[in-house]
Amino acid sequence: MSDRPVVELRDVWKTFDTSGRAVEALQGVSVAVVRNEFAAILGPSGCGKSTLLNMVAGFEAPTRGAVLFDGEPVRAPDPRRAVVFQEPALFPWYTVLDNITFGLRTRGLAAASYRARVEAFVEQVGLRGFESHYPAELSGGMKQRVGIARVLVMEPDVLLMDEPFGSLDAQTRSLMQELLLSVWERHQQTVLFVTHDIEEALLLADSVSVMTARPGRIKKRLTIDLPRPRALEVTTSPAFNALKREVLALIREESLKAAAYGPETR
Amino acid sequence: MPRRLALSVLLPLAFLGLWTAAVELHWVTEGIIPPPAQVARSWYLWIAGGPTKSLSPYSGTWVANVTYSGRRVLEGFLLAAAVGIPLGLFVGWNRLVARLVDPSIQMLRPVPITAWLPFAIAVFGIYDASALFLIGLGAFYPIVVNTTHGVRDTNLLLLRAARMMGAGEATILTKVVFRSALPSIFTGLRLGIGIAWTAVIVAEMIAVKSGLGYVLWDAYYVGRMDICVATMFSVGLLGFVSDRALQLLSRVVLKWRTLEAHA
Repeated sequence: MSDRPVVELRDVWKTFDTSGRAVEALQGVSVAVVRNEFAAILGPSGCGKSTLLNMVAGFEAPTRGAVLFDGEPVRAPDPRRAVVFQEPALFPWYTVLDNITFGLRTRGLAAASYRARVEAFVEQVGLRGFESHYPAELSGGMKQRVGIARVLVMEPDVLLMDEPFGSLDAQTRSLMQELLLSVWERHQQTVLFVTHDIEEALLLADSVSVMTARPGRIKKRLTIDLPRPRALEVTTSPAFNALKREVLALIREESLKAAAYGPETR
Repeated sequence: MPRRLALSVLLPLAFLGLWTAAVELHWVTEGIIPPPAQVARSWYLWIAGGPTKSLSPYSGTWVANVTYSGRRVLEGFLLAAAVGIPLGLFVGWNRLVARLVDPSIQMLRPVPITAWLPFAIAVFGIYDASALFLIGLGAFYPIVVNTTHGVRDTNLLLLRAARMMGAGEATILTKVVFRSALPSIFTGLRLGIGIAWTAVIVAEMIAVKSGLGYVLWDAYYVGRMDICVATMFSVGLLGFVSDRALQLLSRVVLKWRTLEAHA
């Protein structure tokens, strides 16, 4: 039971039709994420990793291949597959608390049934005291905390994160990574995390799938067996650096290939 | 605040000065345009009535006529909003509804309210229904068009966010699309109430026998240009007040937006 992947992509192809020209975004991508795994997809911008995530979320359909969730093909968005977007994508007309409880209210749950849980998550992501603020009154990092809290309270089967810290400044990003680590270690939430940041992928994930530039393919899947619980300090350890060297070599190979073929063939 | 107020009354005062000069210095033919002072006097009598039983048929009837016109504007405007907002939501949200309805709206829209007058009188007669039809129709277009526009502007990311949190079509339409379109809807409402005041005057001039438009036309026929001008001022004032009321309402409803502007 626990062996069956929560999320599985089997030989997924995706072609976009942009103004009559077919653009290959993904070429035969296969990924599997098992329960309680923190899986990262690492790739350069434009490699189709967001497309991959959107297909798991149910926002887009594959051109070919299968996107499975719990063994069933993904057809539409579902709160069991919650998404944290790169932009916080909060509802600006709702307060922090109303944004966080949106999914619960949509499900028609009584406020009494989730109040304690919501309070706990508000505390964990450091939003206490900001419950009645509007998103416009928050900093970028705070907004993203709301974006994380609103999906965590729904207790999804898998958390899909699309470069969630990509638009934050370096310091805030580090803080948010630590926050995510502490939350993950507490809940062992299954996560599929997409990023172009090597250190971020290695710091957070159990496995890192390195993608090629467009058209995107999975070049290699690395298992990251750095001890948990992890903190930012792990990024200075020799084991971490060895992994980083390995990933850099993979990416270097790719960029050399891309340079040799020239931009036209990509 | 006093400084802003001073700036706002600068132009009206200059206009009053020019007007007085034009009459007093005989730039215009005598007897056609009444001086401001006379308009003010007539307006006052029209509002408050004369000390004794006045011969003027207008004496003391201002409030009654404003009430007639104001009620028609309000009813027509509410009717237009009640139809225009939901319709705009569906046209903006559903491509099939848009294909079905939008071309008709865009074809009817250029037909001015005045062109509808004979039709309205023929169908509804010289009654309130005629006025209501014309006012409602006039206010309907900007409301429906701006609502549609606002709906189509809804951020795709917010729709995806709502969907992944389990929201169905009804929830998305009411909690996301409508809320997101509200600023646009208010723009439509403000344009709509402006047109409603235009339409009420047109309708009352011909299609009904009461209200400010009726007084305006009647006063013109009996040569009371002072009452005509006072009516114009009254309409301007009422239009201004109703627009400000809508603006105030929008500021309360769209509190999150004022925060965004300050951020």
